[in-house]
Amino acid sequence: MARLVAGFVLALMAAGAGADELNMRRGVTEISNAVYDLHMYIFWICVVIGIVVFGAMFWAMIHHRRAAGAVAAKFHESTKLEIAWTLAPTLILVAIAWPATQVLVAMYDTGGEDLTIEVRGYQWKWQYKYLDDDYNSEVAYFSNLKTPQDEIHGRKEKGEYYLLDVDEPLRIPVNRKVRFLITAEDVIHSWWVPDFGFKRDAIPGIMNETWAIVPPDKAGIYRGQCTELCGKDHGFMPVVVNAMPEDEFDAWYAERLQQEEVRKEALSKTFTPEELMAQGEQVYGTYCASCHMPNGKGVPPVFPALDGSAIATGPREDHLNIVLNGKTGTAMQAFGKQLDAAQIAAVVHYERHSWSNNTDDVTQPRDVIEHMGQ
Amino acid sequence: MSEVVVAGHDDHHDHGPDKGLARWLFTTNHKDIGTLYLWFSFLMFLIGGVLALVIRAELFQPGLQFVEPGFFNQMTTNHGLIMVFGAIMPGFVGLANWLVPMMVGAPDMALPRMNNLSFWILPFAFTLLISTLFMDAGGPNFGWTFYAPLSTTYAPETVTYFIFGVHMMGASSIMGSINIIATILNMRAPGMTLMKMPLFVWTWLITAYLLLAVMPVLAGAVTMMLFDIHFGTSFFNAAGGGDPVMFQHIFWFFGHPEVYIMILPAFGVVSQIIPTFSRKPLFGYDSMVYATASIAFLSFIVWAHHMFTVGMPLAGQLFFMYATMLIAIPTGVKVFNWVSTMWRGSMSFETPMLFAIAFVILFTIGGFSGLMLAITPADYQYHDTYFVVAHFHYVLVPGALFSIIAAVYYWLPKWCGRMYDESLGKLHFWLSFIGVNVTFFPQHFSGLAGMPRRIPDYALQFADFNMISSIGAFIFGFSQVFFLYIVIKTIRSGKPATDRVWEGAHGLEWTLPSPAPYHSFTHPPKVTDAEAHS
Ligand code: HEC
Ligand code: HEM
Ligand SMILES: [Cu+2]
Ligand SMILES: [Cu+2]
Repeated sequence: MARLVAGFVLALMAAGAGADELNMRRGVTEISNAVYDLHMYIFWICVVIGIVVFGAMFWAMIHHRRAAGAVAAKFHESTKLEIAWTLAPTLILVAIAWPATQVLVAMYDTGGEDLTIEVRGYQWKWQYKYLDDDYNSEVAYFSNLKTPQDEIHGRKEKGEYYLLDVDEPLRIPVNRKVRFLITAEDVIHSWWVPDFGFKRDAIPGIMNETWAIVPPDKAGIYRGQCTELCGKDHGFMPVVVNAMPEDEFDAWYAERLQQEEVRKEALSKTFTPEELMAQGEQVYGTYCASCHMPNGKGVPPVFPALDGSAIATGPREDHLNIVLNGKTGTAMQAFGKQLDAAQIAAVVHYERHSWSNNTDDVTQPRDVIEHMGQ
Repeated sequence: MSEVVVAGHDDHHDHGPDKGLARWLFTTNHKDIGTLYLWFSFLMFLIGGVLALVIRAELFQPGLQFVEPGFFNQMTTNHGLIMVFGAIMPGFVGLANWLVPMMVGAPDMALPRMNNLSFWILPFAFTLLISTLFMDAGGPNFGWTFYAPLSTTYAPETVTYFIFGVHMMGASSIMGSINIIATILNMRAPGMTLMKMPLFVWTWLITAYLLLAVMPVLAGAVTMMLFDIHFGTSFFNAAGGGDPVMFQHIFWFFGHPEVYIMILPAFGVVSQIIPTFSRKPLFGYDSMVYATASIAFLSFIVWAHHMFTVGMPLAGQLFFMYATMLIAIPTGVKVFNWVSTMWRGSMSFETPMLFAIAFVILFTIGGFSGLMLAITPADYQYHDTYFVVAHFHYVLVPGALFSIIAAVYYWLPKWCGRMYDESLGKLHFWLSFIGVNVTFFPQHFSGLAGMPRRIPDYALQFADFNMISSIGAFIFGFSQVFFLYIVIKTIRSGKPATDRVWEGAHGLEWTLPSPAPYHSFTHPPKVTDAEAHS
């Protein structure tokens, strides 16, 4: 047993040496470094206490064995000792609490930000909204898991960033104080980037606030995951942040602002059925297939099939209605909050013309807008 | 007090147990009910264990192999619920039923009929809970902590069965704890003053008060859920003006004392066993009692350490951090006292002692990770990762569970009059000890490296530790089937045990013959210095 324990301590020491697979990451921000140091500090205090306590125990087990001829002593109390081992831990705790308080106070130093981003958890993806000074959203997009189902189900070899890859990461500039406003749409999620040294719960109806500054020499991609159980695909909603050099970020942001303009124009365009099908397949794959399955068969009775469903082959109003407004009390969400009219039009068109479904209508963005107006 | 004793004496004079099934259905005998509780607890432990092995099988490798994510969540949820409410808690109540009357020199529990009821509720409660796994909508899948709104607006329909089940478990626990309190306060033999009671009795007295205080809070939480789901209220629904965080405050106001409900009786068991096999009185009896009481008190003011990441104000975070750290002090006192009891003793290492020593070491490791988790800024990294899973399994498995196993080896000869096979017991110990560490130690590493808990699939860098962990889990799981074999073998064909059983054992229960007669202490025994703390 002594050897086993020694083995553990050794393994822990290896962890102390900083191997990534064994220990907390140092991370890249000043805060994450402070947290790491705090973690190692408490860890070593625990190791020392452990050596003293377990050392005494093993000494007794070896030397005060009946088999070794030990005769039991009679003592059974000592007020002095009791006081000593109440006071000593108290002092140790003060020595831990002091630096911990300092780090915590530093973490709460919000304000003075250069950029504010709203992070919103959905079942099972993240939405990032870049806010202007009046908290209006300027640029917004979703960040979805990119790992294909084939890799998850072992039909294809798993890639390097298995389960930690998204279609579009959150982009932030280095060297600027980025403030995150964290909330959720449906259930509670938790947004965690280990390299930034914190996680914060995303709670519906509550706006949590936190921040990070990535130092200029630490541009790069940082990966984390949702850390609050949020339903079926909780394990499949990674957090990926791309910390970019400032000029690159600014260029990207300017381009995004322009795309916003184009997107708004698409809302008044008329698409060909082929364009709608192509765009619709993409939207379906990202937003709907996890429940209704790529083949439209769903997972009855929990997630209904769309192939041959009464709604997907019946009046279009009903179809638009459930997609836009969802159905409260079920997993079917109100996608009107997540997708724009062009995407809704495409996915509804796709569902009405895929698998065995074959209605004779074409759904354009303006139909969706009209429906929403009613 | 004496009236109760006399009445009990008249009622039961010369009665033996009924025959057949009726004995178990209608029994009001504390020994029979203790036995029922213990077997029930073991059955739940096996069911909860099978669910755990489903989880570990799925996590053996990255990718989805055996179960779908939705089903995986049902496994984790029901594993947690069954282990906490079905295995550990009834296990300790079973021990209390068997031991408290014998330890304080009482003929039976104070409220024998209620005792029968509080046990017989449990099989119904768990049948209700487990049956949901076979329903179309599936069982509870929102974690044993059932945070709203995942457990309300977004829950499967079967959540109503779950709520009803929790109510039943709560009623059973409340009745059980009232009974234990009444027995300890009213039925002690003359001369058995409070400060002479065995520590197991003390820890259970305090635990019973904790249960009385927090089970109604849990009942309140699930009732509010019920109203949110069926009667249109919005306690926890932000869209209706409610607050999901309030759910967590209420839950953990129950939940943190609950974790002490699962460990205080374990402290009691270990405090009985270590002196016996050290052949030396427990060191610092008084301070053990005070430490237990202060832990119980502190357990009411630390609940939000489970919620450091929900975004409380700075002052709140600091308060809960400091308060949580304080718990380490009385806990430390306990560990130091156990080590001092062993110090300059004359130790031997029979199976109960091995489990008790492993308890002290491994529980302390769980205490260390607990202290680390208490540090708010560091907890931002640890929270909801496998580091937390490692922490609470170290305090619950080699903690609470090992103490129950140790107790069974220690008192089984008194219960059934037969000795277990020492070499099989030792083999069981080593398999369990190795299994538990191989399972849970690597989880510290995967947690620190960033693996979240409650996920059915994980990134590739966590693969090695998960594989090791799964292997350990299967070793541990199968060694508990071996335990079942050892216990049955003992009951059927163990060598007859002496009355004292262990040469170093002190306490009223050891003054009874082995096996303990169906009705014991119908006349209050004389409490001598040799058999009680003095
Ligand atoms: C989280 C799982 C989930 C996702 C993702 C999801 N749905 Fe659903 N969907 C459901 C459930 C559950 C229902 C059944 C609701 C009910 O009980 O009526 C449903 C029902 C529907 C129906 C009605 C089917 C019928 O015949 O009753 C349509 C149409 C539909 N969804 C379209 C979509 C579209 C389009 C998307 C993607 C933009 C989508 N769903 C994404 C879960 C989901
Ligand atoms: C030194 C004593 C202890 C301290 C300081 C401590 C501290 C903590 C902290 C801070 C957490 C929250 C971690 C997080 O979620 O981020 C936690 C979780 C937990 N602890 Fe402890 N703990 C101690 C002892 C115990 C004991 C004795 C038990 C039970 C026997 C226990 C059972 C649990 C459980 C079940 C959880 C997980 C709850 C969940 O989130 O599902 N702990 N502990
Ligand atoms: Cu999640
Ligand atoms: Cu706690």
